[in-house]
Amino acid sequence: MLQILEYSLIGIASGGIYVLAALGFVIIYKATSVFNFAIGEMMMIGAYLFYAATAQMHLGWLIGVPVALAGSMALAAGIERGLLQPLLGQPTIVLVMVTFGVGSMLRGLAGMIWGPDIIQLPDFLSRKPIFLGDILIPGKLAWGFVAVGALSLAFILYYRLSKTGIAIRATSADQMTAESVGINVRRVSSLSWAITGVLTGAAGIVVGALNGLTPTLGVVALNVLAVVMLAGMTSVGGVVVAGIFIGWMETLVGAYLGASWQSFMPYVVVLLVMTVKPTGLFGEQRIERI
Amino acid sequence: MANNVDTASKIESAHRAGVLLSHRPKATWQIVGWIALVVALAALPAVASGYVLFMATLVAINVIATTGLNITVGYAGLLSIGHSAFIGVGAYASALLAIHAGTPLIVNVIAGAAAAFLVGLVFGAPSLRIKGVFLAIATLAAQYSLYFVFQQWTSVTGGDRGLSVPQVNILDLRDTGFYLFVVALAAVLCSAARNLFRTRVGRAFIAVRERDYAAEVLGVDVVRTKLLAFGLGAAYAGVAGALTGAFLRIVNPDQFTLLVSVFFLAAVVVGGQASILGSILGAAFMTLMPEVLRAVLELFGPRGTAADVAGLLSPLREFIFGAMIVGFLYLEPRGLAGLVHRLRGGGNLRD
Repeated sequence: MLQILEYSLIGIASGGIYVLAALGFVIIYKATSVFNFAIGEMMMIGAYLFYAATAQMHLGWLIGVPVALAGSMALAAGIERGLLQPLLGQPTIVLVMVTFGVGSMLRGLAGMIWGPDIIQLPDFLSRKPIFLGDILIPGKLAWGFVAVGALSLAFILYYRLSKTGIAIRATSADQMTAESVGINVRRVSSLSWAITGVLTGAAGIVVGALNGLTPTLGVVALNVLAVVMLAGMTSVGGVVVAGIFIGWMETLVGAYLGASWQSFMPYVVVLLVMTVKPTGLFGEQRIERI
Repeated sequence: MANNVDTASKIESAHRAGVLLSHRPKATWQIVGWIALVVALAALPAVASGYVLFMATLVAINVIATTGLNITVGYAGLLSIGHSAFIGVGAYASALLAIHAGTPLIVNVIAGAAAAFLVGLVFGAPSLRIKGVFLAIATLAAQYSLYFVFQQWTSVTGGDRGLSVPQVNILDLRDTGFYLFVVALAAVLCSAARNLFRTRVGRAFIAVRERDYAAEVLGVDVVRTKLLAFGLGAAYAGVAGALTGAFLRIVNPDQFTLLVSVFFLAAVVVGGQASILGSILGAAFMTLMPEVLRAVLELFGPRGTAADVAGLLSPLREFIFGAMIVGFLYLEPRGLAGLVHRLRGGGNLRD
């Protein structure tokens, strides 16, 4: 019983990371209808930027984190401005292929600059385990979850309450109407990518701190996709629930059925959602069956 | 009266001249061109070095895989980003047959195609019932989970070490025989694909790509068409996989990574979507480009050992493949086939 509780807490903590990255995915999808296949690579670049700032330029993690997030934001905004805006109005398949190509470019870039070997990020999260009664949670994971949770909360509040958030939601509801009431749809698109840059960058730094860093860190994107699918691609609240659920289930599956089943889990989820309820649990009823 | 006959004969001779000027020479040139191509391809082994023959065989295999992906992505408008996983299914299926049953190559190739077709349907079927990019997600999932199966199912696939495939010796010609077999198969499969789009089934692919509702109104079964288009692409991948395994005589998981899927998507985009000529050009370009790259790196790259060059080459390839996809979509969405068409003075192919 105690063991299940322990695994559950660990799972929920790792699910927080998926929440953050999935929020980044949903925000782009809502604002621009672009399905972003480069999400994992954006996480990976964020983590490498952090590594460059702290380990290579010796800035200390307090400066390193903002520098990495700013870099990740600039990169995301650059991708949107340079590659996606010129292709606006093209069929979806083209835009999706572009994000897929960008992902490959980022992987190659990271491999060329930092090499294929696994890198340990400098310790900035305390390793000291945290005890809740008899339950032990690894310190890095707990603090990572705190950071990720705070950022997710901050983003959701911003998205719910700020003018920008309202503009994004309006654009997502109806682009034409949004434009006619004076919302600059292009700026909304740029902003949503910039925000995603920050979110994925932060998620990447935490994943890198926990598991080490290689150019293939983006593989976690499949888990993030499972989260997004389960939540429904447009639901911000749903992503929080689904992210924590996927993290929880993944850890339990890994602990009791073995690592091989753990890697299969995201695919099983994706397949189940597609067969049973393609709108996801909380998505809008926009999806059409043929 | 005489005047009339005169006019008629004038018209007729003018017409004949016109035919001679515009149509017949073109047709003749085309036939001459085809014959020259066949002779050149058949004569290549006699004059080429082992390395050139190796690359030519590789190009021909990749032409088959690219044509398959082009059927799915280019003609039917379904984005598949896990093509290499289906190549892997074909490779393993045919390698296992060759090892355990000792069946001839052609049987293994057909079995590889069938296996890839079936596995493709397992992954594609749920997503193809829904509109949108769900197939892309499903194929990405296929990419990761099939790689995982290849790697972990050690008792059957041999794990990371893979399987070694017995050598095939067609007509006792060794490498030449294999090259001729692959080129002939590629030619058959390319013309089969080309002719497919002159039939009802193939036209349905295009109709579904352009506007699925309209296609449905016209009596096209959209779901079945999409399934068939995707399965057919996977089957071509299976053929290519079976040939790759028999050619390299080894099948292991690292031949079927995400990078390879990016490679084939890039080949389709670079060559030209919805074009058989494009598939051939794209496959040739993408196969030969890394070789040129390696040569350039060895000449001008950082001074170091061969291992250094290899270490830089792999991520550089990943970067360039991605950049090829983005760059061509951005600058020439019709790919090399579109460029060729423009150079020959043609107008827009479509749209």
